[in-house]
Amino acid sequence: MTQKNRLKTGGRIERGKPMKFSYNGRSYQGFEGDTLAAALLANGVDIVGRSFKYSRPRGIVAAGAEEPNAVLQLGATEATQVPNVRATQQELFDGLVAHATNGWPNAELDLMSYVGKVGGRMMPPGFYYKTFMYPQSLWETYEKFIRKAAGLGRSPLENDPDTYDHLNQHADVMIVGGGPAGLAAALQAARSGARVILADEQQEFGGALLHSKEQIDGRPATEWVTKVVEELRGYDNVLLLPRSTVNGYHDHNFLTIHERRTDHIADKAPANISRQRMHRVRAKWVVLATGAHERPLVFGNNDVPGCMLASAVSTYINRYAVVPGNELVLMTTNDHAYHCALDWANAGRKVVAIVDTRANPDGELVQRAKQQGLKVITGSAVIEVQGSKRVSGVSVAPISADGSRVTGSVERLSCDTVASSGGWSPAVHLSCHTGSRPEWRDDIIGFVPGKTVQKQLTAGALNGSYSLQACLEEGTKAGIDAAANAGFGDSAADVKAPQANAHREGKAMPLFHVPHTKPTSRAPKQFVDYQNDVTAAGIELATREGFESIEHVKRYTAMGFGTDQGKLGNINGMAIAAKSLNQTIPETGTTIFRPNYTPITFGAIAGRHCGELFDPKRYTPMHKWHLEQGAKFEDVGLWKRPWYFPKAGESMQEALNRECRATRESVGILDASTLGKIDIQGKDAREFLGRVYSNAWAKLAVGKCRYGLMCGEDGMVFDDGVTSCLAENHFIMTTTTGGAARVLEWLELYHQTEWPELEVYFNTVTDQWATMTISGPNSRKLLSELTDDIDLDRDTFKFMDWREGTVAGVPARVFRISFTGELSFEINVQANYGLHVWEKLFEQGEKYNITPYGTETMHILRAEKGFIIAGQDTDGSVHPYDLGMGWCVSNQKPFSFIGKRGMAREDCVKPNRKQLVGLKTKDPQKVIPEGSQAVNDPQQPLPMTMLGHVTSSYYSACLGHSIAMGFVRGGHDRMGETVYYPQADGSVIEAEICSPIFLDPKGERQNV
Amino acid sequence: MSELIVDKPAAEQPTVAVMNQVPQSGPRAESPLHHADLPTIARKGPQQGGVYLEELKLLGHLVLRGSTDNQAFMAGAEKVLGVALPGSLQSAEKGELSVRWLAPDEWLVIVPGARAFDLERELRAAMSGHYAIVNVSGGQTVLSLSGPKARDVLMKTTPYDVHDRNFPVGKVVTSVFAKTQAVIRRTGEQSWELVIRRSFADYAWLWLQDASAEYGLVVRS
Amino acid sequence: MFYIYCPHCEEHREEEEFHASGEAHIARPLDPDNCTDEEWAQFLYFRSNPRGIHHELWVHAVGCRKFFNITRDTQTYEIKEIYKIGQQPTVTAE
Repeated sequence: MTQKNRLKTGGRIERGKPMKFSYNGRSYQGFEGDTLAAALLANGVDIVGRSFKYSRPRGIVAAGAEEPNAVLQLGATEATQVPNVRATQQELFDGLVAHATNGWPNAELDLMSYVGKVGGRMMPPGFYYKTFMYPQSLWETYEKFIRKAAGLGRSPLENDPDTYDHLNQHADVMIVGGGPAGLAAALQAARSGARVILADEQQEFGGALLHSKEQIDGRPATEWVTKVVEELRGYDNVLLLPRSTVNGYHDHNFLTIHERRTDHIADKAPANISRQRMHRVRAKWVVLATGAHERPLVFGNNDVPGCMLASAVSTYINRYAVVPGNELVLMTTNDHAYHCALDWANAGRKVVAIVDTRANPDGELVQRAKQQGLKVITGSAVIEVQGSKRVSGVSVAPISADGSRVTGSVERLSCDTVASSGGWSPAVHLSCHTGSRPEWRDDIIGFVPGKTVQKQLTAGALNGSYSLQACLEEGTKAGIDAAANAGFGDSAADVKAPQANAHREGKAMPLFHVPHTKPTSRAPKQFVDYQNDVTAAGIELATREGFESIEHVKRYTAMGFGTDQGKLGNINGMAIAAKSLNQTIPETGTTIFRPNYTPITFGAIAGRHCGELFDPKRYTPMHKWHLEQGAKFEDVGLWKRPWYFPKAGESMQEALNRECRATRESVGILDASTLGKIDIQGKDAREFLGRVYSNAWAKLAVGKCRYGLMCGEDGMVFDDGVTSCLAENHFIMTTTTGGAARVLEWLELYHQTEWPELEVYFNTVTDQWATMTISGPNSRKLLSELTDDIDLDRDTFKFMDWREGTVAGVPARVFRISFTGELSFEINVQANYGLHVWEKLFEQGEKYNITPYGTETMHILRAEKGFIIAGQDTDGSVHPYDLGMGWCVSNQKPFSFIGKRGMAREDCVKPNRKQLVGLKTKDPQKVIPEGSQAVNDPQQPLPMTMLGHVTSSYYSACLGHSIAMGFVRGGHDRMGETVYYPQADGSVIEAEICSPIFLDPKGERQNV
Repeated sequence: MSELIVDKPAAEQPTVAVMNQVPQSGPRAESPLHHADLPTIARKGPQQGGVYLEELKLLGHLVLRGSTDNQAFMAGAEKVLGVALPGSLQSAEKGELSVRWLAPDEWLVIVPGARAFDLERELRAAMSGHYAIVNVSGGQTVLSLSGPKARDVLMKTTPYDVHDRNFPVGKVVTSVFAKTQAVIRRTGEQSWELVIRRSFADYAWLWLQDASAEYGLVVRS
Repeated sequence: MFYIYCPHCEEHREEEEFHASGEAHIARPLDPDNCTDEEWAQFLYFRSNPRGIHHELWVHAVGCRKFFNITRDTQTYEIKEIYKIGQQPTVTAE
């Protein structure tokens, strides 16, 4: 377990704090301060996975979020498995357990590689569409194969023991990125007194300065970082969020930040601490200082382990004291990458050569390299790498000045590491999230953020300003400006930015595709997108096949579709497509990036909205009683309503039969508290009711109740309920349980936008009242035993009357309305007393065998009476006449009520509409499944002519046969005729069309 | 127990039904969080923590609706309540009475439970014109949330900015509370009151317990 | 996630507190009974759905429950202005 690549000194690691970890079942050691990638490289682990399509061995390429290969599966236990973790971003902790995901059966010995070798032809770009779409029946097989081969990791099979949460944040200035520009911005914004949030994905602020050897104000840059962070820590108005990736930048400066609170400590978070937190930030101004990603060069076999980004090599050496090899060849198009070779040499390892694609590089760093005796080969490129599981050498050849072709003979060099740099691509991802298109700049050879409507400033490398001095200056200015825009500090203040030591850099060369002696299609694979195995040849093929839009090229080749979102490959890929299409890069354009910047756990997205807290559960005041009685519950909206109350050993149907009979024979009781209730006051309340209900309200007297249908302007029923006149200017409206909020908003909509002159106020009182309905022939007797101040005489307290009085000692409003067809009383008391009255009803009702029933029995009892349930027997396409409820429409009203004109439309009055009818099955025991379609001729060849569907269907114990309601075309004129309901199993249920009122058609029972 | 109130001159028809919903004696009232048995938790649970929670139960809640242009309404309210109806997002307090602004034409008055009915009658007697009063005492409850970490709990709970600079003492906001809603009022440096709908009370309680867990929750009663 | 100024609460609030209620200024015809089917269909179903400036009706559902209008750019999602019911927009499409 020696860390053969670890340097004796240097780096930001704690050599005194060794940490054990395992990778693919083998134990290794790293140090505190390492990322998993740094620790793997320290231990000489070259292969971290196999590629998606060709199953080629892959090694670590980068040192940050742009890493395409080292995407690992983490987790010491089944429950704590996490897929898709970038080793370059995962901090090492003691006991960390990691596995490669796309090795089958393992990363180093891979059976797929045999397929992969043939796979060049087997899986060309577009292979999904070309190969795997047909035959469709095999898709599932393909998918399994692809999933496994693609190595997307796996989710845990056990429940995640960790919690995740959300925090809502507000800031005057939100700064994304804690590199030199971001820190400089934060400092100025913080000093202004503005509320500042600074987030960075790394564990430490500093960004590139953490591995830089540059100086600021004459001191090592990291000292400046420490000083700034210390100052920021001292401000109450600053929130520092390290280990926090700003993953999404949404409209109106809303940002989502994914903070990893404990991923660096252990496999599982400590008790009561969320493992990860999503910060939901609303910011007045945003400063994007997201930096840039180095672009690798595209050359033959550039995916062999040992091929890395030049800046990543520097990072591993300077920050982690890890030199990921012994003999380096650096290929570069620019001066900056010379740092890599200098760092390598300073670490005491051999720089074989610097291969510079430019003919005459002469910047300061070039001079320094030469002075140190490093071999610089100019005007040349590494055109191909040798080796399979690790680089063993390279082929170097001179190239033309425009980089389009090889111009001379090929020289071979022996090495084990190839660092490459094609320049930098500003990390425009977040700036794209809000719809802004990036713009190409030739001078910096990259895309920068385009025009935006967000209150957003940008600073540093994101702007293509790659020098440290420019980053510091732009950051300082952005911090001052953002704060000033948000109302803090003085934008005119003359603040001097920190001073970095400058060095002259020569001009970089645009090169996106290194030529080979062979044409691209014959050359060794030149990878553009490592994660999805997209090659330069693949992109050229796509354009030859006619995919000219870059968006199409992207989808056809799958370039940028991986979890790295093409951070490394996209610009090269677009440039190759552009060249192949004989276009400029701006002409070709770019695809834009969408959230999330890096993968995020589902846990962080869900936050605490899971398990018991997934959704609110609404309870009535009597809920505890229902629980104690063993009720089964049904979800109605967010409410938990008792569905039925089974007794020991009873089946559901048996319970329903018992509940139905008890209600019809003696007395049943329903908790109806969930019905929506709206208090309506004002002198125009009555007029308003007349406009929103289809029936008449002008003459409803105080003390009376009336059923009403509510329709949309299209004439279609959307809610119903009973509204009672409490006093001349005072009504209480009931709505369906699920429709309460919608109805209230509907009333407000019309009041506020159409009829503001009507004097009326609406207030919800749904939760104010506990509502219990006693129903059945003994309900009056029962009620009479609990009240002494309500005259229950059938002739003075009539059906559709309400009275106020005392029930079980509690002030109550009692409504004599019925949804069962039985004598019924709906008792309303203030909710605080609901359970008390409910229990009294049971005490007193015992002798009547008072039976609680739930929503299912309620449905059966009302269906026996042919009463509709809005939302079950209506679906937004039926008007009152379709329901046979023309009696509930008053066309005499002077005001053209909502729905009147709609239901008079040509299509609404034509004959042969689907109409609601009752259905009696020929076999009385057969219950037609709800949703079944009626046909006239069950022998008709498919597709049959469908006449309408069954909306409600039950077995009625009271009637001894099944009952159903449903729509049948022209049904109201087809009484007595037979329709057929073909079933999925081939059987056919035969039913006779009848009145939907199966029980007591004269309505005598409710009037007793 | 109940009466029909006359809006203006006695000769006119009674226009609104006002009801005393609280029994004189006998039946015990159960607040929306009765089932959670907070008194027992308060007794047996932790006494130290970052967040304090208490149900201010069985208070009288009246919703007042009226236009600020209706002088009789505004003046009547001020006369009876002893404080003027507060402006946008503000609250007022006098003794055991508090008033929260809910909307340009809507306020919530909270008083001791037994006072609601009389207060409604007094208000109606003092007002005229177009207005409405609705007793919602049974439909909602007040939760007091306080302690050094109360603000952090609110940050987990509502997207509204609860920072000192945006939410000074006395301010009232109706906003999202987890997946339901609440009327949030700041009553002190570290104290807040939430008005929660009855049917959502259990959810709010579960949510607050969970959100407070990392800071330590102390239940009071 | 929009950040919407409620003209009644006189503050910006999170989109979660609001419901969108479709296109603004769709007035109910004053005499529905004398509308032709075509006129009624225009009122019922036909909406402009423009690319660019759009006037929308929103309600501060979790808040003051008041409706108001928004002029919004459907391409950039910028909210150009907020105005109360009964008022007319000042920002309009060409």
